[in-house]
Amino acid sequence: MPRPFTPKVVTANALMSGEVVYLSADDQWTPRLTEAEVLTDEAHAQLRLVEASARQSEIVGVYLADMAPTDTGPEPVHFREEFRRTGPSNYAHGKQVDL
Amino acid sequence: MYTYSDFDAAFVAERNRQFRQQVERRIDGSLTEDEFKPFRLMNGLYLQLHAYMLRVAIPYGTLRSEQMEMLAHLAETYDKGYGHFTTRQNIQYNWPELGDIPNMLDDLAKVEMHAIQTSGNTIRNVTADHFAGAAADEVADPRPVAEMIRQWSTDHPEFQALPRKFKIAVTGAQADRAVIRAHDIGLRLHEQNGELGAEVIVGGGLGRTPMIGKTIAEWVSLEDLPAYLESVVSVWNLLGRRDNKYKSRIKITVHEHGIDDIRARVADRYELVRPAYNGAHMDLFHQIAAQFGSPAFRNVPTDAYGAAYKADPVFRSWADTNLSAHKVDGYAIVQISLKAHGETPGDASAEQMRAMARIARDYGHDELRISHEQNVVLPHVHTSDLPAVHDILKAHGLATANIGLISDIIACPGMDYCALATARSIPIAQEIATRFDELKLEHEIGELKIKISGCINACGHHHVGHIGILGLDRAGVENYQVTLGGDHTETLALGDRTGPGFSAEEIVPAMERIVDTYLAHRDGPEETFLQAYRRLGMDPFKTALYGEQPSKRTKAA
Repeated sequence: MPRPFTPKVVTANALMSGEVVYLSADDQWTPRLTEAEVLTDEAHAQLRLVEASARQSEIVGVYLADMAPTDTGPEPVHFREEFRRTGPSNYAHGKQVDL
Repeated sequence: MYTYSDFDAAFVAERNRQFRQQVERRIDGSLTEDEFKPFRLMNGLYLQLHAYMLRVAIPYGTLRSEQMEMLAHLAETYDKGYGHFTTRQNIQYNWPELGDIPNMLDDLAKVEMHAIQTSGNTIRNVTADHFAGAAADEVADPRPVAEMIRQWSTDHPEFQALPRKFKIAVTGAQADRAVIRAHDIGLRLHEQNGELGAEVIVGGGLGRTPMIGKTIAEWVSLEDLPAYLESVVSVWNLLGRRDNKYKSRIKITVHEHGIDDIRARVADRYELVRPAYNGAHMDLFHQIAAQFGSPAFRNVPTDAYGAAYKADPVFRSWADTNLSAHKVDGYAIVQISLKAHGETPGDASAEQMRAMARIARDYGHDELRISHEQNVVLPHVHTSDLPAVHDILKAHGLATANIGLISDIIACPGMDYCALATARSIPIAQEIATRFDELKLEHEIGELKIKISGCINACGHHHVGHIGILGLDRAGVENYQVTLGGDHTETLALGDRTGPGFSAEEIVPAMERIVDTYLAHRDGPEETFLQAYRRLGMDPFKTALYGEQPSKRTKAA
């Protein structure tokens, strides 16, 4: 039995600001994880990653991040993604104040 | 202090001009990220977790006040008002935008600074004893040698695509404050028959496979040193493993081939390399060395110091903890702690940087140093000026009296910023410092170095901490391994692991149990934690951390 596919979002950093961004279903880069498209099918996720990777003039370091879908949007499965969507813990900098 | 020659200035300006164009070409789409990445890394620009990060070199840890003021300007203008001093005498800006980087580099060039070779598989920023030129135990100032190495290694055509990064540290004192045995090459300046030369140590390093450097040459004259260094790097450049980045550092090459084999290969290579050095390098070295003369020390009464020391217990505590012996009577070396309890180790705000620059200008012969322990040093302060210096430091939150104590913690940025990290370091450091400040125990505990890394790469030097903490990701949860008995000085030693790691909630109580055990077992206040550990061994600490363990014999029965 293949392992069940963990849902994903496409994430990257914005080319100019470096800010963490997510790919939405309507092909926009959004700073809000809640607005990210949740990819539940592996083949579709790979396709979206390839499409996103081609947008070199907008982003840098694109990859698929594991998420758990919830009623309020995707939630990080791993603490690294939790820090990326929030900001550092030593200062109120980054998304925790900017959004 | 060294000032740029016309060549240096033109080189940095040209490099900045090139990089500005590379950034523009990345932004306009002419360069892909894969094409751009090697250029940005050559110029110290990383992509981290939340943003870009620019790492600026502070060669051999030395700064003039105008340079510190420029670092403040960068923090305010292009970042969020602060900078982070690292364990390799660099400063990192955590929030710059890509389009601003060329301007940041041009601003730095105005004060003879750059970010060249602070990243990538090159010879990195050369570090040195942060008490250089001031320490009472110094044989020779390591900075002229470090500056010669900086010039030799910068854009060295043979060494721009090494198997991996390469780090060099230099000391000229008996005490090792530059951790030279944990570098790819460590140099210890000393004299032989009245002539200055260097012991060359090779193959040290922390990280995934920590190794203590081995002596490849007991003494190499200054004249022969560049050719010798070139031979060492050249041998490794050919021999070093490019097939596996975990085995590519010179420590693995030395380990796999043996120091004797490497020494013989270096000797062969040296025969080829040495004739190319025709003496011009020594002319250059003498020009460099002439710029590192001592400042005009004052010979004035020290009464003001004695009076303040007697009258003010806060000043006394700071003086007892943060001052070190200077080579000149009447002077002291001041360490400014960037470890205020509960704050981020190594961070300074722009306002604090300006205050330190002002103190250096008014009271410190215009000199500042950055230590690998993430503090700032005023190397030359007359003791009569110390009360005034202390007052200014206090006003800017910079007078914490904790140098060398349990809250003077080295911590890497960890997962709060670093893309490589597996766990956070900063909050752990903040919590430990806050807790021991609440207990009001740290002066009672005495000398105790905690060093924290947020991943196996060991930027936080955890292997050589008296107590080392390594943050790992254990099945999606932060977990902290503890080592005891590490030593970062001339008696360098790697710590021993206590056993299973601790969760983020358990790590501070674990530190308390270790410290309680030390206090209960030490021979007296004069026996330091490290001495006590060496005498007692791991057992009492292990029991304190994990409870009584059944002995092997009991288990077998």
